Amino acid sequence: MKTLRLTIDGVTVTAREGMSVLEAALEAGIYIPHLCHHPDLKPVGVCRLCLVEIAGRGMTISCKTPVEEGMVVKTESPDIELARRVAVELLIVNHHADCLSCAKDGACKLQEIARYVGIEEERLQRLRRTTRSLPVDSSNPFFLRDPNRCVLCGICVRTCEEIVGASAIDYAFRGYATVISTLGNRPIVQSRCESCGECVARCPVGALVPRQERNPAREVRSVCAYCGVGCGLYLGVRGNQVVRVRGAAESPVNRGRLCVKGRYGHGYIGHPERLTTPLIKRDGRFVEASWDEALDLVAARLAGYRGDQFAALTSARCTNEENYLLQKFTRAVMGTHNIDHCARL
Amino acid sequence: MTFEGLQRRARDEWQALSESAVPLIQVGTATCGRSAGASAVVDALREALQREATPALIMEVGCIGLCFAEPLVTIRKPGRPAVCYGHVNPERATQLVSEYLLRDNPLADWALGTVGEGRIEGIPELFETPVLRPQVRRILRNCGFIDPTNILHYVARGGYTGLVRALGMARGQIIDEIRRAGLRGRGGAGFPTWRKWQFCLEAPGEPKYVVCNADEGDPGAFMNRSLLESDPHSVLEGLLIDGYTVGAREGYIYCRAEYPLALERLHNALAQMREQGLVGENILGSGFSFDIHIKEGAGAFVCGEETALLASIEGRRGMPRPRPPFPATSGLWGKPTVINNVETLASVSLILQKGAEWFAEYGSEKSKGTKTFALVGKVKRAGLIEVPLGITLRDIVYGIGGGILGDKRFKAVQTGGPSGGCLPEALLDSPVDYESLTTAGSIMGSGGMVVMDEDTCMVDVARYFLDFTQKESCGECVPCRLGTKQMMDILTDITEGKGREGDVELLQEVALAVKKGSLCGLGQTAPNPVLTTIRYFRDEYEAHEQGRCPSKVCKALIRYRIVADKCKGCQICLRACPVGAISGERRQVHTIDVGKCIRCGVCLEVCPARFGAVECVTGQ
Repeated sequence: MKTLRLTIDGVTVTAREGMSVLEAALEAGIYIPHLCHHPDLKPVGVCRLCLVEIAGRGMTISCKTPVEEGMVVKTESPDIELARRVAVELLIVNHHADCLSCAKDGACKLQEIARYVGIEEERLQRLRRTTRSLPVDSSNPFFLRDPNRCVLCGICVRTCEEIVGASAIDYAFRGYATVISTLGNRPIVQSRCESCGECVARCPVGALVPRQERNPAREVRSVCAYCGVGCGLYLGVRGNQVVRVRGAAESPVNRGRLCVKGRYGHGYIGHPERLTTPLIKRDGRFVEASWDEALDLVAARLAGYRGDQFAALTSARCTNEENYLLQKFTRAVMGTHNIDHCARL
Repeated sequence: MTFEGLQRRARDEWQALSESAVPLIQVGTATCGRSAGASAVVDALREALQREATPALIMEVGCIGLCFAEPLVTIRKPGRPAVCYGHVNPERATQLVSEYLLRDNPLADWALGTVGEGRIEGIPELFETPVLRPQVRRILRNCGFIDPTNILHYVARGGYTGLVRALGMARGQIIDEIRRAGLRGRGGAGFPTWRKWQFCLEAPGEPKYVVCNADEGDPGAFMNRSLLESDPHSVLEGLLIDGYTVGAREGYIYCRAEYPLALERLHNALAQMREQGLVGENILGSGFSFDIHIKEGAGAFVCGEETALLASIEGRRGMPRPRPPFPATSGLWGKPTVINNVETLASVSLILQKGAEWFAEYGSEKSKGTKTFALVGKVKRAGLIEVPLGITLRDIVYGIGGGILGDKRFKAVQTGGPSGGCLPEALLDSPVDYESLTTAGSIMGSGGMVVMDEDTCMVDVARYFLDFTQKESCGECVPCRLGTKQMMDILTDITEGKGREGDVELLQEVALAVKKGSLCGLGQTAPNPVLTTIRYFRDEYEAHEQGRCPSKVCKALIRYRIVADKCKGCQICLRACPVGAISGERRQVHTIDVGKCIRCGVCLEVCPARFGAVECVTGQ
């Protein structure tokens, strides 16, 4: 790919053709405030915060401007300062001020931008403050949707359309009344939402937050145990409990994405009813046994059957290698083609 | 049928109509006429003709533009000029039949003017009257004079000769013709039409599309509606030429669903074009194939913005996207697309019919041709007008418009719809063209022109327009969604006497940020009413800060009171007050309970003028 050189705030930056000015700047370690940009999604330029000045063109948004050879970019100017500051101040005075009770406190993009732009209480006092009190959608068992904390960046809408392909949500209504809504503004659980949580993972503010999630003390890289796809993930562990799961962006299998089970269905890991050893039925009751005992028992009993007396059904939760082994065993050892798989249904 | 054959048929029909042995009665039944009662007038005319057993042709036509005098009826008797009558109601219609048709009394008092050769005593020539003399009727030439549902009428008056001429020209030649004409987009931004076409022609990507923007949404603007209702073919011809020039095979007309008659006329016109081989495969045997789809808008103001309009055609929520890329390179379904306004396309037809030089005869140096405006508000003669660009605001307001209603003082004129600026008396002599209006802080827009008199509070006006734009903001981008709301809230506070020190400066600051930061034209122009009213009427803002509304409009800042030594105790106001706020015995001085009073002003209206005992006051 062709590389280009441009200047941002006097610093020469190398970028690849097709990148936006914002991407080039961020890659070069130059921060430009942005709210609606997400590296996984196509840029839309709706937050209007990533303003820059480009020599010969004037002020424009950097997320929608492709880099060009020799481009001279400034990230600060009086015009940028005015437009960006007012936009951020407007977001703040129309946003709930109870940051401490917000699940995103500390990881909130709006806070980050406000800190960068610098908010003066005196200036905020001049503005008219309005916060909405719309009902929180708590219909989903895994996450909450709080439209009052939403900044309408549209990242959730684009995630659902571009990444998940479900298009369960979109903008609805106009002007100040605009909200992110399901079809017919029904609770999210009645929509096409698959609860995958991809939008929750990308929401820059506290509008989409997981329920009952506690911050982990450490993270452990693992592979999802649910199906044979093998999504890479990080188990967030606190004490000896898994309290959060997030997709591993570096995993070539899922590139950070997870489904509802992988992301939210981790309760089984520490569940008291989870089986931790094999059970063998003795005298009508299951009793705990070692793996050797259990395998010996299975092998001994299988020895009494051959050919069509036997059939095997395997699972999508097994890996390809495990599935291969079972069909080999069925055909070569048991001498039958009676092998099937749950995902074939 | 060949085009020549069609022309012959059209000329024959038109001639037969012109030389009709029976009187021809034309009634303006566009939406404006209908809302003024034109349908009842048509019924009354039919009834009267039947009763009197007198033969006459009734033809429903579009709108001449004399809105102030609706409903309009034009009667042409054989051998006489046509006489245009205004303010016709069913009773007058009946009398016109009995007096003029039967007894030859032209009822000159009700006549606005004559049209055509010959004179009738006591009636001026219509186009020499003050309302029409300063006008140059080109785009509106057919409006109110042809049957808009009959393609032959359009053809008889030179229609589709522009298309025929274009089909014989190279694309580059057509673009050059438009360039020499100096045509700029009539939707408001004033971008040179030829350049837009050139970009689209040169842009890689197939297929290409052309779109007619008929989503006229400005409050008080009705130029496009009137043209589509009165002369739809003039726009469709332009769209065909547009499609041929840029190499498109399909075109869309995006017309708002709130214009049912315009849509009906478009559908009808399109069906007639299909019959005549003017749309579809191999148009007029030229090898050029082109089809037109009519798409109804669902009532969002922002869909007049071109990228939102395209999203809406594609079946998505009508929200704008940042440009570049411009639609000319990446438009409908990502393909090169030209989007032109209704009036631009009507101008294209004219340029191809009459030539670039003819078109550029009128206008100023950088703004060529004529432009239609919807002249409304506190003006004596409201209506749809067409003037050469470069005419002064004064000529429009005082010449064509006849001055201010009730001879009150002029205060401001707003051009360009809700996103336009309010220009004061001092700017009345400035020319109406793209550059001058922009310099003055306003915009040309699509052609709304709202006149305001001394009784208009400019702070309230700014609040009114902001209320509109903030509700119609698509809600997508931050400066527009929250900035227009913020400005509206501040303005509401000011009009309610709750303004704070520094509010005017704050308004300016927010306005500037919204103007510079917004994604699309809606947000970029929405602050114009605020900025221009502050620029030209700052004293009114200051008065409000001190608790006074000089125009006595803002209810929180005014109160009504009864002047004790003028009140006769007649109880008229007491009985009229809708909230029972007035008390007083007969022949005793009345009083108004300020707490109960809702400031509706009824008491002031009903108090007999000879007493003049109720007054409205503002301030401490």
